Amino acid sequence: MKDTISPGRGGFEMRREFFADERDDNLNEVGKPTRRQDITGHVTGRSPFFDDHLFEGLLHIRCVRSPHHAARVRRIDTSEAEKMPGVVRILLGRDVPVNLNTLLALLDFGLDDEPLISTDRVRYKGEPVAAVIAETEAQARAAVQAVRVDYETLPHVLDVEDAVKPGAPVVLDIYPGNKFIYHGKYDHQKLRFGDVDAAFAQADHIVEGRYQLSPIEQAPMETCGAIAAPEQNGRFVCYTSTQALFFSLATASKMLAIPSSRLHFIGGTVGGGFGGKVDSIHEPLAILATMLTGRPCKYAWDREEEMQVGAPRGAERWYLKDGVMADGRIIARKFTGYFDSGAYTRLSSYAIIKGVGHLPGPYTIPNVYADVFCVYTNRTPATAMRGFGITGVDFAIETHMDKVAEKVGMNPIDLRILNAYRDGDMKAHRRLAKNCALIECAQVVAEKAGIKLSPAMLAASSLKDGGGSRADLPARTATDQTGRVDGFQSSSYARKGKAAPAPLPGAPRQPSAPAYQPTPRAAEPDRPSPPASPAPATPTRTGAARFSSLSGFRRR
Amino acid sequence: MALHRGRGFAAINYPIGMNLGGDPSQALIHANPDGKFTVALSAIDLGQGMKSVTRQIAAETLGVPVEDVYVDTADSDTGPHDMGSFASRGTHRMGNAVIMAAKEARAVMLEAAAEEMEVDAADLVTDGRGNIHVKGAPSRSITTMAASQAAQFKQGKTIAGRGIFLIPLSEVDPDTGEMTPVSTFAHAAMLVTVEVDDETGEITVLDMQSAYEVGRALNPRLVEQQLRGGAWMGMSHAGWETTEPYYPARDHGPVDFNTYLMPGPGDLAPHHISVLERPAADGPFGGKGPGEMCANPVLPAVVNAIYDAVGIRIDDLPVTPEKILRGLRAMGGAKPRQHL
Repeated sequence: MKDTISPGRGGFEMRREFFADERDDNLNEVGKPTRRQDITGHVTGRSPFFDDHLFEGLLHIRCVRSPHHAARVRRIDTSEAEKMPGVVRILLGRDVPVNLNTLLALLDFGLDDEPLISTDRVRYKGEPVAAVIAETEAQARAAVQAVRVDYETLPHVLDVEDAVKPGAPVVLDIYPGNKFIYHGKYDHQKLRFGDVDAAFAQADHIVEGRYQLSPIEQAPMETCGAIAAPEQNGRFVCYTSTQALFFSLATASKMLAIPSSRLHFIGGTVGGGFGGKVDSIHEPLAILATMLTGRPCKYAWDREEEMQVGAPRGAERWYLKDGVMADGRIIARKFTGYFDSGAYTRLSSYAIIKGVGHLPGPYTIPNVYADVFCVYTNRTPATAMRGFGITGVDFAIETHMDKVAEKVGMNPIDLRILNAYRDGDMKAHRRLAKNCALIECAQVVAEKAGIKLSPAMLAASSLKDGGGSRADLPARTATDQTGRVDGFQSSSYARKGKAAPAPLPGAPRQPSAPAYQPTPRAAEPDRPSPPASPAPATPTRTGAARFSSLSGFRRR
Repeated sequence: MALHRGRGFAAINYPIGMNLGGDPSQALIHANPDGKFTVALSAIDLGQGMKSVTRQIAAETLGVPVEDVYVDTADSDTGPHDMGSFASRGTHRMGNAVIMAAKEARAVMLEAAAEEMEVDAADLVTDGRGNIHVKGAPSRSITTMAASQAAQFKQGKTIAGRGIFLIPLSEVDPDTGEMTPVSTFAHAAMLVTVEVDDETGEITVLDMQSAYEVGRALNPRLVEQQLRGGAWMGMSHAGWETTEPYYPARDHGPVDFNTYLMPGPGDLAPHHISVLERPAADGPFGGKGPGEMCANPVLPAVVNAIYDAVGIRIDDLPVTPEKILRGLRAMGGAKPRQHL
């Protein structure tokens, strides 16, 4: 049954004949092309977005940003700017109660690494060092120009493979190798399934490739922003464009050292996100400005900031090596991947674990190996974007598959179906495949495009020929200790093995020691020691446990 | 100088929901004085249709018409906790939380109806059009509105439901990468036809033929919207967009939509979409999440089509006229293959 819903633009059809016995198609509301609940408001311009909540006396925030890729901040002189018309206050890093965070702290994953407003160092062009609060946006912009910042530029690194070389400028002191540390153990995430080197030796062909994905802007129509205002009872309301209401609320609660019950977040109707509205930068700064001025404050990016300061989809570089038999079976696939995280972690380290769980793509390959690095460089921090952790490696895999098809002289669709995963197959992350449908998608496209498949591939199905010996774990998996690091402890998230015991209620609280214990290193003569500067705000944690948006009450 | 046509193929799968789990979503549902229902969430509608799809799921489960349900979302004072709209988790996680909440509310509604009708609640069914009736006896019925109002104003019952969905956080083996990343995968295959101008180096995407497997198309129009827009975004990633045209150098970064290039309406190729539905065991009514994965197959399909057209492998995105022309020069002109 082909049920064409909307002809034009190329057409749209439901192919209900596939997997029909796995569904009940007689539902009342589910499966119906019902009109959106909010569409009338959207098309008549009535749907309220965060920026529609304009309070009387609203103040505007604009940031002073680093013109350098890397520099030490010697001095920030705001005296001229403070005298300018309309300027209410200028915030520096020392005004932020807890001026160090990592988004994944909410997952108990990774070390706090990023200030809301930088104090002594800048690590990318565009990093904020001060925030002007003024009566109008124009006055805030003018005052930004009048803030004098004395920078001492430092060596910088922009390429991921340059950044991991010995002697490269260190972006973040807590990660001296410019690589995120996984599970407190390795400077990359490993995937080991079978023995790729042994399989390469048996393969008829070796196919290698290098793939590069550019940084990409999420480009929402509505730029990121938030408006905060005082509410009654010592509370603050925050209208926000966030994609993740409680994620942003918990981040603001932590950085402002304020109980989350005093924060009232309102959002939900957002002008496009695509991953770029998870970073929770605007809410803490808008609320902080409201706390310090007692007035409603707005912090939003203009389009230039959205494109150059707002975190993009990070660049990715992938190296692939396949061992292929003459009949087209891929018997080994090896990945080396570099995610360009930019100057701070944000969410890149998480995306890599997601990406590694996805390898080697939708294929059953008996030997798979991956080393994937989350690399720090002196560029705008990267963050989530549609397909996060997957889009880049899928580009690499599927471009590579075309090269494999050419090498063995096969139709590229036949090659995909031949190697496709089927129900019951063992995947490289050591779980059985189920609910597969790659083969059927490939067959439908071939049929539509008039491409003749081989009889065997035309008859293939996700439901058959899987499992059996294909469900077996490899007889032997080659493992190694490359990239082992010392001096780090794992946090509880996503680590195999026993989690640290939870502290007993009422037990003395651990001092807020960072998980990273720096190993003493020889002084580097070419790098000046930091000048005496105001001590960065030490994270203070109130109460015996802190609420995490994700994992509830937790540690430390 | 000539225009060369080529076709390129790609196939992908996509993990649905937050990697490794540990990402709860909650939902609350209650009946209003008029006998209709409000669903309170903290989910974000980015334009993808979060409010609409949860509304349909709530209506389906409650057994009431969709017009009788309103979704109110993202006020932290009234909406319960939710991790957010990302990682293709919205429909999967929140949809399940809404089902759980709606089941609890429905049970109270049916009890109230049973009390009014003096029958056993277990014998009652809903027709989805606003009526509750005895199974096999449609004439013995009461409206959902009357049952709901009787509960609130006669029987003193709260018609409400609480829902949560959580896949517990799982771990990763540092040495082998063993993990339970997600519970379900969506699938897609894509074939694009491109035309390459060997004089200007420009590419035109002429046509896209796709098949997407989305578990259950909970609302086919919202699915189509996602797939059409997402495939456009994939085409844009392949041949237009970058914040750093000479990555890793940071020069020439675009600052507005005049310099951050995207295809315009005239550049959009017809896209012939087929949707397959293989329900996921733990998805809401089998639904997965089409939103993120739909862009992914287009990127490799476009570069594979360029190779088919002129014999140049572009392994470094985005494809630009400069890269095409440099490739053609290095090769001494186009080498059309047209194998697919």
